[in-house]
Amino acid sequence: MKKLKIGDLEKIREKVAKTRVLREGKARARITVHMGTCGIAAGARDILTTLMEEIEKKKITDVIVATSGCAGLCSREPMATVELIDKPPVKYVDLTPEKIKKIFAEHVMKGKIVSEYALAVGSETTH
Amino acid sequence: MQDLSLHILDIVENSIDAGATRIEIMVDENIKRNLLRIMIKDNGKGIERKELKKILDPFYTTRTVRRVGLGLSLFAQSVKEAEGKIGIKSKVGKGTVVEAIMKYNHIDRRPMGNMCDTIMTLIGTKADSIDFVYKHCKDNKCFRVDTREIKDILKEIPISNPEVIKFLRRKISSGLRKIKAGQGFSLVKQKVSKSQDLHHKLSSEKGEKK
Ligand SMILES: Nc1ncnc2c1ncn2[C@@H]1O[C@H](COP(=O)(O)OP(=O)(O)O)[C@@H](O)[C@H]1O
Ligand SMILES: [Mg+2]
Repeated sequence: MKKLKIGDLEKIREKVAKTRVLREGKARARITVHMGTCGIAAGARDILTTLMEEIEKKKITDVIVATSGCAGLCSREPMATVELIDKPPVKYVDLTPEKIKKIFAEHVMKGKIVSEYALAVGSETTH
Repeated sequence: MQDLSLHILDIVENSIDAGATRIEIMVDENIKRNLLRIMIKDNGKGIERKELKKILDPFYTTRTVRRVGLGLSLFAQSVKEAEGKIGIKSKVGKGTVVEAIMKYNHIDRRPMGNMCDTIMTLIGTKADSIDFVYKHCKDNKCFRVDTREIKDILKEIPISNPEVIKFLRRKISSGLRKIKAGQGFSLVKQKVSKSQDLHHKLSSEKGEKK
């Protein structure tokens, strides 16, 4: 049976533990990808994978990526909600990996809403 | 759903919705016996006996408009297309097991798809609070990941840390490649009409779900 090599993981742990103290703090943003049946069938997993890989590449630790169930708007999936601290959540619809990359660069990193992909800017919560 | 890895993600989402804290995912590609087996086991809230019957009974799907094309019935349909069967066992307060067995080399069997993406989606977003065990066998070779073992080593470092995730993604991807998981089935064989049917089914469901 093949298993993950534990020694390698210990090295990662040490590396992360050393640099972590400097970056400790609250999350600045949360991106929630809707992972219900419609979302998954429409490509939500690729949206999430793209986001995770952006975060891995840029080693960002103050942005949380989360998933939630069906958002009740199947025809506009894949969907994601971006919440910046102290700002109303923004729902993005009909996503593609390219669109989410742009949303990540503009909205999450620079605070500029990508209104052409947004459904509504309002007081609704993540669900 | 285009492939089995997406179905698996969808079925695991049910376990997450059911409040599970431990979820096991097992895939067994047994070429010798020409069988592909998928099992998802959770310790969530379980399903009432009455409800369970409704989920399994194909005739009961008429009860509401919404019942057509939900996760479990879509999965059951995909499995059936490969001359397979799906079984659900559940105990209230204990948990649920969803098991599917189908013909490995059936022309209509959906491809495995990207299991690494499915597992990393789960680990990256849920493994801080839910333990996942993933075991994938191809003939006599197996690959296994247990997030409890990973968390034990990481101690105070969260498993969702980007560096940890990046490392795990690389390891799981190469681990699956080593056992040749999901290989040995040609995508070209897929009938186009089948995926179009499903697309139709989904888009009509989309309208109804609103
Ligand atoms: N693992 C599980 N644990 C508890 N209940 C479940 C589980 N899987 C499915 N169910 C029940 O079966 C129902 C149907 O599931 P599914 O076909 O995936 O549709 P949906 O998730 O959209 O409701 C769920 O709403 C839930 O009540
Ligand atoms: Mg479901």
